[in-house]
Amino acid sequence: MTPWLVAVAQAALLALAAPLVVGVTRAVPARLAGRAGGRIAQPWRDLCKQLRKQPTSPADASMFFVAAPAVMMATSLIVAATGPFIAATSLFGGADLIVVVGLLLLGTVALALAGLDTGTAFGGMGASRAMVIAALVEPTLLLAVFALSFRVGSTDLSRIVAAGATEPARVFTPASLLAAAALAIATLAETGRIPVDNPATHLELTMVHEAMVLEYSGRDLALVEWAAALRLSILLGLLANLFAPWGVATSLDPMWLAVGAAVFIGKVCGLAALLSAGEVWTAKLRLFRVPELLAGSFFLGLLAVLASAILA
Amino acid sequence: MSHDVSSQLLNLACGLFLLTALGVLWRRQVSALVSLLTLQGALLTTIAVLLAAEHHSAAALAVAAGIGILKAGIVPWMLRRVHRLVPDARETRPLVNISASILAAAGLTLLGYAAARPLVAAASSASGRATPVGLAVVLIGFFLAATRQRAISQIIGVLLIDNGIAAVAFLATGGVPLVVELGVSADLALAVLVLQILTNRLHATFGSTDLDELRELHD
Repeated sequence: MTPWLVAVAQAALLALAAPLVVGVTRAVPARLAGRAGGRIAQPWRDLCKQLRKQPTSPADASMFFVAAPAVMMATSLIVAATGPFIAATSLFGGADLIVVVGLLLLGTVALALAGLDTGTAFGGMGASRAMVIAALVEPTLLLAVFALSFRVGSTDLSRIVAAGATEPARVFTPASLLAAAALAIATLAETGRIPVDNPATHLELTMVHEAMVLEYSGRDLALVEWAAALRLSILLGLLANLFAPWGVATSLDPMWLAVGAAVFIGKVCGLAALLSAGEVWTAKLRLFRVPELLAGSFFLGLLAVLASAILA
Repeated sequence: MSHDVSSQLLNLACGLFLLTALGVLWRRQVSALVSLLTLQGALLTTIAVLLAAEHHSAAALAVAAGIGILKAGIVPWMLRRVHRLVPDARETRPLVNISASILAAAGLTLLGYAAARPLVAAASSASGRATPVGLAVVLIGFFLAATRQRAISQIIGVLLIDNGIAAVAFLATGGVPLVVELGVSADLALAVLVLQILTNRLHATFGSTDLDELRELHD
């Protein structure tokens, strides 16, 4: 199979599975709380319903508001296509870590600008909060993966995952645990999960992501929600493949690709279930305590880099 | 193989040692701080035991046992007693907020690693390469003692400094003579005792242990 076909298939798989992953994160807490909850496919139905509806935009909104959903979706799709999710082969020179983090940040900034653009109080508040969180999360994302890339000698995510799959003893040290913890906290913050942001809340004073998307409706809202779900799948997939790179296809053989896809879906759904089960037991942090958590995860990432570069 | 495993264990203990120092910066409740300090004492003991086992030295093992009794037993017990007498001593307003202190700790850790580069370059063993961890804990302890206002938090900062110094001594030399360690430990116990009395007197006189409120001398 040609690399292009694999990239398109990978993007399509992630885009199709992302709403289901969100469905899992909603179903698990519901079952744990003794409720029946919605079906796992419910987010897909919501998306289909909203995609059929016409979007409206506020009278004063400019092109930032209109462009943000497309930018978010486009950046997420590029990362989904090139990242080491099903196959860890350097498809087109590979997915460099810095490019991936930059693309994710571009989506975050586009949404924050859209939140400011509408001129509503909640949009601006959500945007400023999202920027505070992003400023602390992005360096942590970089540092946590640097701890592994030191051992591999490359910042190409595909090469890191491939090296982890073929020779784990060289890549993984006890310090990798620190890096995994740092990346897990960064993932929670970046995707707006519970200690940082509550995805189920509609109380304006505590919202971060929801506050920025308040003005969206119809097709645009569907795109924003879909892109957010895709980012959750991407970050969970990176976390799973970087630190548990088993079952990732290292060649473009169709059979291995199918195995890789099945294992990947299993890993991401497992992580999503674990994440949402953890959310049942924890409370959302006060916003002013969030920087402490993120600074702590930054410290963990730094320690992992130091340890993998000097100690081991 | 067993040498490899013991050096991995040593690295793990050193990493956790540094993480407990971070935890001390992170938490506000004094009871959590004391628990973390106990854990740190236990980790220091682990480091000492691992090094003693590596050098097959009975004297070093005795020092490790002494350290364990003092740092994971007696000192936390004394701190808990102070805490019981002055139960409201929660760190409410540090001079530098918590997230800034954690970032400062990251900077101090880097400084520790930068300062210890000649030591690391000269080291031949895994323990020598872990020396910067001790230096980083010393620096974090200084930072804690300088930026916290409650007396008990400052005591904990001083104890962190002492733990760091002990870790540097163990990791850089592979063990301290018993006499030297005894002297240092006695000094430490005395310092904690003095600070305990100071805290009690402060509390009795002013009803608070905020050292910043001691602005002038009284008869």
